[in-house]
Amino acid sequence: MKNINWFHYAAPQTFYGLAGKTWPWFAGLATALMLAGMWLGFAVAPTDFQQGEGYRIIFVHVPASWMSMVIYLAMAFWSVLGLTFNTRLSGMMTRALAPTGALFAFLSLWTGALWGKPMWGAWWVWDARLTSELILFFLYLGYIALTSAIDDTRRGDRAGALIAIVGAINVPIIYFSVKWWNTLHQGASVSLTKGSSMAEVMLWSMLLMALAFWAYTIALVLYRVRTLILQRESHAAWVHELKEVTS
Amino acid sequence: MRWESWSQFWAMGGYAVYVWGSMGVTAGLILIEVLQARWAHRQTLTQLQTEYAVAQLPVEDLM
Repeated sequence: MKNINWFHYAAPQTFYGLAGKTWPWFAGLATALMLAGMWLGFAVAPTDFQQGEGYRIIFVHVPASWMSMVIYLAMAFWSVLGLTFNTRLSGMMTRALAPTGALFAFLSLWTGALWGKPMWGAWWVWDARLTSELILFFLYLGYIALTSAIDDTRRGDRAGALIAIVGAINVPIIYFSVKWWNTLHQGASVSLTKGSSMAEVMLWSMLLMALAFWAYTIALVLYRVRTLILQRESHAAWVHELKEVTS
Repeated sequence: MRWESWSQFWAMGGYAVYVWGSMGVTAGLILIEVLQARWAHRQTLTQLQTEYAVAQLPVEDLM
């Protein structure tokens, strides 16, 4: 197998071009998957025998919650790379991921509250699953506030990397909270080891929405990292030679 | 299609507030995030274009 020089692609100049070519594909994919997932979820999937039509909230609730955890782990991954190899791209990738992670953490809490009210009779309970997800949301906000408060961008990157890495311990806590403690929040309906306990159409619409959110996140992060690259490299010669700058 | 009418669809079996409250906020926030990212990118490009244009001016124009 030919050796790939990853550091070549991690150079901001190369990555700017690469991200510019790839983000539209992921954006298109996200749109198509969202339309398909919503069609299956709202036009095809049957009424739930226990929760009526109210269960349809899970088509965004579950994928949004998954993404909120995945994005935090991705931030921790880039932070480890950044602290180890001191690559410039790592800090920018972590910063580009944070707002979308915060968005999905918020949506997880919001849609969860709207599901909880009719099903449990409460918008919110201090249950281990809900509380640890709320902490995840605060970790995102803390990361964004800290990195934007430090003027020296590389120092900000390193400080942020520490929050991202230390905070990552919260992700397995969220995931296993329903097993470790007695929670009001139900256990997983979809499991890698036991398969799924849901009706097939419902499962498919949820999985399509999960893939849609993945594609959306990738598209948006690639797009946003290009803005960050331009801002940080604004004095580099290659930026002044870009056709979008000279025209 | 499993709905008999649009009004039945919008009513969501009595869960309209909860279901549409979830979907609406999700769609709205995604839209805001996309627009914000695009705005930030354009803002950055405008800034760079201005710097480039200034750098192209003959030195005497800057005196």
